[in-house]
Amino acid sequence: MRIFFIIFVFFNFSAYATSIEVCATCPIKTIKEATAIAKDGDTIFVKKGVYLETKIDVSKAIHIIGIDNPIIDGENKQESIFAVKADDFSISGFHFKNVGMSYTKEIAAVFISHSTNFIVKNNKMDNVFYGFILQRAKYGILKNNIIIGHAIDETSSGNGVHIWKCKNLRIEENTITGMRDGIYLEFVDKSSVSNNTSEDNIRYGLHYMFSNNCKYNNNEFKHNGAGVAVMYSKFIKMHHNTFHYNWGTASYGLLLKEINDADIYDNIFEQNTIGINIDGCNRINYKNNHFIRNGWALKFTGGCYTNIFEFNNFLHNAFDLSYNSKLNDNKFEANYWSEYTGYDIDKNGIGDVPFRPVKLFSYVVNKTPETLVLLRSLFVDIINFSEKVSPVFTPDNLMDEKPLMKPINPLE
Amino acid sequence: MIEIKNLHKKFGKLIVLDGLDLTINPEGSEGGIFAILGPNGSGKTTLIKCLLGMVIPNKGEISIDGTSVLKKWEYRNNLNYLPQIANFPPNLTVIELLKMVKNLRPKASNEQELIDLFSLYPFLKKKLGNLSGGTKQKVNLVLTFMFDSELIILDEPTTGLDPIALIHLKELIQQEKAKGKTILITTHIMSFVDEMADEIVFLLDGKIYFKGSVAQLKEQTNQSNLEHAIANLMTKQHA
Amino acid sequence: MLKILKYSIYDLLRSRWSYVYFIFYLALGFVLLFLNNDMNKAVITLMNIIIVLTPLIGTIFGVMYYYNSKEFTELLLAQPIKRSKIFMGQYLGISLSLTLSLVLGLGIPFLLYGLFRSAAIFDFSLLILVGSFLNFIFVALAYNIALSTENKIKGFGYAILIWLFLAVIYDGLFMISLMTFNEYPLDKFSLVATMFNPIDLSRILILLKLDISALLGYTGAVFKDFFGTTKGAFLSFLVLCLWVILPLLRIKMKLRKKDF
Repeated sequence: MRIFFIIFVFFNFSAYATSIEVCATCPIKTIKEATAIAKDGDTIFVKKGVYLETKIDVSKAIHIIGIDNPIIDGENKQESIFAVKADDFSISGFHFKNVGMSYTKEIAAVFISHSTNFIVKNNKMDNVFYGFILQRAKYGILKNNIIIGHAIDETSSGNGVHIWKCKNLRIEENTITGMRDGIYLEFVDKSSVSNNTSEDNIRYGLHYMFSNNCKYNNNEFKHNGAGVAVMYSKFIKMHHNTFHYNWGTASYGLLLKEINDADIYDNIFEQNTIGINIDGCNRINYKNNHFIRNGWALKFTGGCYTNIFEFNNFLHNAFDLSYNSKLNDNKFEANYWSEYTGYDIDKNGIGDVPFRPVKLFSYVVNKTPETLVLLRSLFVDIINFSEKVSPVFTPDNLMDEKPLMKPINPLE
Repeated sequence: MIEIKNLHKKFGKLIVLDGLDLTINPEGSEGGIFAILGPNGSGKTTLIKCLLGMVIPNKGEISIDGTSVLKKWEYRNNLNYLPQIANFPPNLTVIELLKMVKNLRPKASNEQELIDLFSLYPFLKKKLGNLSGGTKQKVNLVLTFMFDSELIILDEPTTGLDPIALIHLKELIQQEKAKGKTILITTHIMSFVDEMADEIVFLLDGKIYFKGSVAQLKEQTNQSNLEHAIANLMTKQHA
Repeated sequence: MLKILKYSIYDLLRSRWSYVYFIFYLALGFVLLFLNNDMNKAVITLMNIIIVLTPLIGTIFGVMYYYNSKEFTELLLAQPIKRSKIFMGQYLGISLSLTLSLVLGLGIPFLLYGLFRSAAIFDFSLLILVGSFLNFIFVALAYNIALSTENKIKGFGYAILIWLFLAVIYDGLFMISLMTFNEYPLDKFSLVATMFNPIDLSRILILLKLDISALLGYTGAVFKDFFGTTKGAFLSFLVLCLWVILPLLRIKMKLRKKDF
């Protein structure tokens, strides 16, 4: 009985408590060696130094921890640094460098596939082709990683975080800059993207396709080539995000394409060419969003039905709304429009005259985009005014019947 | 000496000067006062403006002392002109205006005497816009007579003047004449002509219809009164 | 010419209208900055006002000054000065005094609100530059009209008409032709059409600086490519200069045959 107990304790010790050190002067000098000898549950501590390694296979439930940010330099070889296919693992504290570019292979600093229950955090990645690639993974967390790329064009660059066919992931507090897409999700369900910063990426800050029941919140998307694109997805919640300075001929804060049943609230869209480009989206509730100094705050480009816009602020946009058809099945009610010039005699905070957010000029521009060169000319002011007085071209039921006199939750 | 040859001027279809020839003060003769008369629309003002270079003739030649003046401007330094309507920039003061015109014509001037003569001292610091018509005309006269020039052109000089100023004006004109200047005057006041003019130039239909002394005119028309003589000239034409 | 310029400026600087104009801009500047304190936004609003108002005031003021000082001009014409110098002097006098009202009227409030510490200084300078150009252009056009029209009322009528044409009607025709020839590539046409109207040219110059080109899509890219380069900027200012020089040349031509 006693012997059995001792054996049991020994077994426990040997199975779960081993830690392996890696450093230039240690017996084990490479991470590859360490992962080869490690057993499930082991922890590998990698000490400060530069490790010239790629294709480090992780196939066990181990924890790999960098002490004082050791550098793993991929020397621009066409191979991923970590190739992970394991459950219950973690990787943290590394500084990845120089992951090589390839036109044919997907190469990342950390490549994870068929894995469950993991966390990758506190890493820095510099000059990487892809930062993370995740395939068929679930219950994972990517947290507090910094990914810096030097993308020049779309064909020769990769994404910061590239996720395909995954479930139940949390992508949090990462900073991604200079990649093709900051965060790319395709066929990803029930996941959340929150508190990330994605800026100066050459295509999308966040690119989201065929991913249902996800939410993303409190992210900042700034100065990306084309903004954020969310496409072909259902039941998404987007809130407290900031989309700003996505300014260019084909840029928008947010592109929504065939999105159904989403909730979009408390976001800020500031100084984008197009605040939200809405293409074929139905049953979306827009609430408490701020649209500030965009070219177009909202631009509808496909048939959109039963969307509700209420309690949003539209402040100083060149166009508040651009509409592609006369048909209107969307509701605009109780928003604040800085262009509103009506009055409020009964002092209930609601303007007594309805507001028409579609201007005649916006209609003309829709038909002939070149006419935009006449923006801010006196002629345009005059035709807008005459249309306001007696609408002929703009949908006459498209109006906010209860325009607010004061902005809601004004930002400081 | 002023020599005008074959001067033509049309305003649109209206012929105002039609081959006008005129010589004033041929070589060697002393100055004098020439009254340019004629019915309304006879071309008096146009003639004067041609002389000043303000109206550009369609055809013809104007020369002063033997040199052509058309399209030139320097000769105006030796020419004083009193325009018909005294309308000045309303926000300048009288003294500023005097300074300005002096500035434009860098030659000796005796505005002080003239200011005394027309008692303009109290108005020197006033804005021209606030002056009465008569006072403006006095300023106008000061501007004209303050320079020493061979040729003086006066367009309706008596407009708006009080009797005292009128007397001073006549004195001034006589003084200038005494200095041997040539003075051209247009006016409708016949008594003024009778009193002042040495010679009369009568314009009709864009031509010189009569040129000669007052006495000659009276003689030719058999009238003792200048006004009647002029009237006679006009009716004869129409008859 | 400098003498005439000196006195016409002297005269205009004491005119009530110069002050009204100056105070208008002063008030406008303060009100705009007081209302939103955001210099960038104030610059946009100012642009809307400047590209409409400076041409209007320029034409009206130019025509008015010409007719009001007609008799005085005649007095000057009898002085030993070249004709063209008299009118150039007057022209510069009006243009400069209007420009002075604009620069001081807007400059003072913006300086007090810390223009030099703001990034808006370049946009503001461009705005003032363009506004000044518009002053010079439209006073020159006004003088052309006034010199060609003896009748004061007609002169005012033509002045308003030319303003209305360039500020409104031109853009209307522009828009209609853009919509009619929808199927053809129109960016070159737009570019040329913009060049032919100083108000449109000024507007586009400022809009591009405020980076609205992104809204313009492909046409915007063409515009940006054109105006954004040194060559384009140089060319557009050359065109603005031509808009001053050509009317002035016509004034000179006109003066050669003009009877007063």
